[in-house]
Amino acid sequence: MIPELGHFAVILALGVALLQAIVPLLGWRRRDARLLSFAGSAAQGQFLCVAAAYASLTYCFVTKDFSVAYVAENDHSQLPLIYRITAVWGAHEGSLLLWVLILSGWTLAVSVFNRRLPLDMSALVLSVLGMVSTGFYLFILLTSSPFTRLVPAPAEGHDLNPILQDPGLAIHPPMLYMGYVGFSVAFAFAIAALITGRLDAAWARWTRPWTTTAWMFLTMGITLGSWWAYKELGWGGWWFWDPVENASFMPWLAGTALIHSLAVTEKRGLLKSWTVLLAILAFSLSLLGTFLVRSGVLVSVHAFASDPSRGMFILAFMAVVVGGALTLYAWRAPKLVTTGELKLFSREGLLLFNNVFLVAACAAVLLGTLYPLALDAMHLGKISVGPPYFNAVFLPMITPLFLLVGLAAVVPWKRGDWRETVRRLRWPAVIAVILGVLLPFALHGRTTLLAATGALLGTWAIFAAAQDVWRRMRAKLEWRAGLRAVPRAVWGMTLAHIGLGIWALGVSGVISFGDEKDVRLARGAETELGGYSFRFQEAGEQSGPNYTAQQGTVLVEHGGRVVATLHPQKRLYPSQGTVLTESSIDAGLMRDLYVSLGEGYDDGSWSLRVYYKPMIRMIWLGGIFMFFGGLLAASDKRYRLARAAERRAIEIAEGAVA
Amino acid sequence: MTKRQKRMVAVGALVLGVGLAAALGFTAFRKNMMYFYTPSDLLAGKLAAGAALQLGGLVEKGSLKRGEGLAIEFVMSDCHNAVPVHYEGVLPDLFREGQGVIATGHMDAQNVFVASTILAKHDENYMPPNVAKAVGEVDGKHSCAPFKSVTTASSS
Repeated sequence: MIPELGHFAVILALGVALLQAIVPLLGWRRRDARLLSFAGSAAQGQFLCVAAAYASLTYCFVTKDFSVAYVAENDHSQLPLIYRITAVWGAHEGSLLLWVLILSGWTLAVSVFNRRLPLDMSALVLSVLGMVSTGFYLFILLTSSPFTRLVPAPAEGHDLNPILQDPGLAIHPPMLYMGYVGFSVAFAFAIAALITGRLDAAWARWTRPWTTTAWMFLTMGITLGSWWAYKELGWGGWWFWDPVENASFMPWLAGTALIHSLAVTEKRGLLKSWTVLLAILAFSLSLLGTFLVRSGVLVSVHAFASDPSRGMFILAFMAVVVGGALTLYAWRAPKLVTTGELKLFSREGLLLFNNVFLVAACAAVLLGTLYPLALDAMHLGKISVGPPYFNAVFLPMITPLFLLVGLAAVVPWKRGDWRETVRRLRWPAVIAVILGVLLPFALHGRTTLLAATGALLGTWAIFAAAQDVWRRMRAKLEWRAGLRAVPRAVWGMTLAHIGLGIWALGVSGVISFGDEKDVRLARGAETELGGYSFRFQEAGEQSGPNYTAQQGTVLVEHGGRVVATLHPQKRLYPSQGTVLTESSIDAGLMRDLYVSLGEGYDDGSWSLRVYYKPMIRMIWLGGIFMFFGGLLAASDKRYRLARAAERRAIEIAEGAVA
Repeated sequence: MTKRQKRMVAVGALVLGVGLAAALGFTAFRKNMMYFYTPSDLLAGKLAAGAALQLGGLVEKGSLKRGEGLAIEFVMSDCHNAVPVHYEGVLPDLFREGQGVIATGHMDAQNVFVASTILAKHDENYMPPNVAKAVGEVDGKHSCAPFKSVTTASSS
């Protein structure tokens, strides 16, 4: 009964979404306020329907209703409750339901917070979101319903893929989807601007917090995904340039470019059509990611088992959305009049360069991701493009971004002043050069070109960003007053840029000084790595709620002192007969010690994979800084004040008309 | 600057950036792309010893031999032809005889494939599409090995 209700709720949501897409458009043509204001109610109704559908699927998982095919495939009677709840998005159908839940959540948020927007703009935005939702509901109902029954019902479920039974994965997909889907709001704003032809500072001010919020969730999603892959896949890497990782990274690059170009559009009224194009691009890349992950065209650890009809549907949907949006863009963009002038040495000029490099980096990733697929589709041979390609292309592409990021806070809008810039940045530059040379020696006792470059660029980004807050603090007589006067948007930018610097320190550190080796150790034997000695003590049996494990004990010593005892496991999940390596990590800000078990040999020895990963935590710490930077920037009070002021102006205008 | 010049500067910067990206991209591409081979492809074609490539197929039953330390030898086959593979390191969890795997490495002078990494299918029902296809092209039904292809996995 419950699954049928869920299925019915999705059908109902489809109907509401269709109305939400069409009615406001009619209202806009006929200038009918009643039809326009229907959009908000539709958004709320749609959210209720999806929430009901989602709740019923969760109910089926929690009550272990194996008569539902999707539940039977991904649930198990011994699965702990928390993973029964997160198993809802453990495979294709359920994660798609989570996707539409989040999409309608964003739609609801727009309908609630955009009461302060002009009615026609807000209604058109909701209409576009309704169109996007319609596509996804059709996708669910036509190709991937999670509510399909299984007759006869099996007595036991097939279990959630053990690799997904991890707290990191419990929050990674929702965060990532919040980001992916969030760009649909920026997309909807862009389309609404194209339809109305109204793209002014107010439009950019409405769009910015939404875009920043989506970006910050995507940042967190990618960061969590990287952390999860590091600890759960047992390969010790934090980024594999796997096509599915790229699928989330490309929208991030485009989205990062978008939040910067939106700043130019708001403050200077420039780059308008470029901003609109970026909004379309960011969302298109999100859709492309969905297509790549779910169509089965990829060879990847992430690839969902899939069938071609799904791939065809998303491809067709993507063609409609992207094709439609670009056609509209080609038709209407020339009407977006740009006012004002662009000088290259000014904040807007530097932001333009930022956009060029980000988009170029995005294009390089796109090329490396799609080219092998295109070759394969044309039967020109199967190739793969590994990390060496991406590292060779991506690193030179983002190096200029680091030079630019230091100038961000210093060069003013309209016209920069070289002498003032040099005066304010000389100390950060000097510090960066000194630390670039000394930091690798101080931390690791040696240096490499990459380590020095990373330390230089990282400390440059950090100190140049901090310099701005320092100056603002000193601007008032009393430093606390100065600090309080720093707007949240500035704090946000500063934190995000510091995060970028921390990330660079981490990346260059772990690539330059990280070490790993595969060894076969007998009981009591030891091996050296990165100045630490790893002694393999014993292996024994352990059991968990739904698995049994062989657990090794590895003692790590440094300078004659035991610094960590690690317990890597080899788990057997009997429900699927799956073996999983559970690595054991001693984490620290400056270094991780990481051991995973290979296999046991007849003579009692084990093969082990041992890693020394200096500064790898900095990579995710950087991501966390960016997340909080986004949070502060999106919650800046000037958005609220400005909206309140606009609302008053609108009310007065509407009152005058009435 | 006039509006027109301004736009030209912007367009020029963009072209420059994308051109740079393309140049870097294609150079890096030529150096780093790897072709995917099956044992039959490998034996049919003439390939310079030492060129990096990916080899996909099934681990032949009974062929796995462990040597000193971490050294491992096995035979990778695609039902018709077989290539001996040498690997030194920790094997993935799902590496088993009779399963599909993809190895990255090169052929040495003795016609042994020296693998630097080995990927195995990541769950019970899944096998790398490359491998499924390569094996499927031989007899259409993957009957030479006890595994399910991706298409049957999704319909089950």
